[in-house]
Amino acid sequence: MILIIPLVVVALLAVWIVGSYNSLVGMRNQVLNGWKQIDVQLKRRHDLIPNLVNAVRGSMDFERDTLTAVMEARAKALTATGPADAAQKEGQLTQALGRLIAVAENYPTLKSNENVRSLMEELTGTENKVGFARQFYNDIATKYNTAQQVFPTNLFASAFGFKPAELFEITEAADRDVPVVDLSRK
Amino acid sequence: MSRGGSKRTRPTDISCRPGPSGPGILVNLYEQQTSNRRKTWLIMLAFVGFLFFLGAGFDTLYLGAGGGFIPVGSLLALTVGSVSSAASYFAGDKAVLLATAATPVDELKPATDDERLKLQQLNNVVDEMAIAAGIPRPRVYVVPDPDPNAFATGRGPGRSSIAVTRGLLDALDREELQGVVAHEMSHIRNLDVRLMTIVAALVGTAALLSEWARRGMMWGGGSRRRDDRDGEGGGIAGAVFFMIWAVAILIAPFAVQALAMMVSRKREYLADASGAELTRNPIGLARALEKIESAVEPTRSINRGSAHLCITDPLGRQVNLKEGFWSDLFASHPPMAARIAALKEMAFQGRSR
Repeated sequence: MILIIPLVVVALLAVWIVGSYNSLVGMRNQVLNGWKQIDVQLKRRHDLIPNLVNAVRGSMDFERDTLTAVMEARAKALTATGPADAAQKEGQLTQALGRLIAVAENYPTLKSNENVRSLMEELTGTENKVGFARQFYNDIATKYNTAQQVFPTNLFASAFGFKPAELFEITEAADRDVPVVDLSRK
Repeated sequence: MSRGGSKRTRPTDISCRPGPSGPGILVNLYEQQTSNRRKTWLIMLAFVGFLFFLGAGFDTLYLGAGGGFIPVGSLLALTVGSVSSAASYFAGDKAVLLATAATPVDELKPATDDERLKLQQLNNVVDEMAIAAGIPRPRVYVVPDPDPNAFATGRGPGRSSIAVTRGLLDALDREELQGVVAHEMSHIRNLDVRLMTIVAALVGTAALLSEWARRGMMWGGGSRRRDDRDGEGGGIAGAVFFMIWAVAILIAPFAVQALAMMVSRKREYLADASGAELTRNPIGLARALEKIESAVEPTRSINRGSAHLCITDPLGRQVNLKEGFWSDLFASHPPMAARIAALKEMAFQGRSR
């Protein structure tokens, strides 16, 4: 009888460690998948930009600087190496696109052009998808990191080779995550 | 929608939602989610406990030792109650989409450029929210109804649909549409269809037990009951138990309906809060709710059975804060003003952080 108690304790401990380990593995894969999703959305954005620039080129001749800035930023983003570099270059592309959208708002001919409106919507959607993919990545990465750091999982997480996931840092213009609040509505 | 001002009672079941000036200012988006999740489970626990009480009484008083230690009556009621809700769980999404005449968004032929843009926007917004929620993209439908409303249906991530009415598309801008889609996406992610199916099974079980018990009281129940009580030995405790049980079984259909709607309302608050987590923009949904609120017409194409998955009650009952106690008790959605206030609180919290 006395022997059974430690056996049960050891068995429960083993079950718990296996369970925690498996859940950490599952979360790690989610985090990796979340990171890939960001890439998917960034690629979508790169593919869309030439179409957009071509569509507005005719109507925005004297905004050549804005258009060139977008194309240059895109070209740079395509050659980015590593997450830190990519974050910086994609941030610049986001800024350039933001300027283009803002400028295009001032052209009534552009706003009434069906093709351009459709492309603008597509661009807004793509920008949002990039933002939300990053947001999701950060959310699950935070969950993954928390799961590693809480007691008592922290006792063995690093021993099994789990490392905290790096969060996607917000670069200058990526203010996507700050809720815009209009206080006059309150 | 006129309601007597004198009948206004404190809506006790939503007291968890203090006004923006109260201590609720500290309640942030995550706390609101946790609190609503916890309350769901507490209500479900009370629900199961109540059902257990009804079933135990039923089997003791009507069947007595007939079933031995197995509660035959309760199990039978639970089985019958579950079958119909299981059927609606597996086929309900097709039925509701068919009943509302919902058309897949890809099969719609937009007549104007504006309309095409609107549908493109809807598709994009659904994509965005699916990415934010980290779940597979649900199928998207449009319901030809001029009243602004939306609902989610299906068994969970990967097997779900989101439908919005034509009126919603016309009334809302992109940000507001995103808020509504986020709310529906949260219903899917939070597995609310599954939860409400379980709730429906419990409601059905209680209704059956109550029905059988009433028939038993009117017909031959008396004799059987006498036999049972002889076997039990009766006593004051037994009599008291029977009295309480008899009252409980008679009010059971209403009581469980009230409990079910309480769960539904908690899930609405939860979907609002998790929707705000997806968009990080509670004001978008708050503005959408304000617009939807101003359209008091009932959504005729959506029937009562799917009310708990809509953005707002399709019957149009729940359109303002001035609700009587009884309409609060049986409402599938919390008062609109309370939801909007909760969302604005989250926005305030997000800003001051």
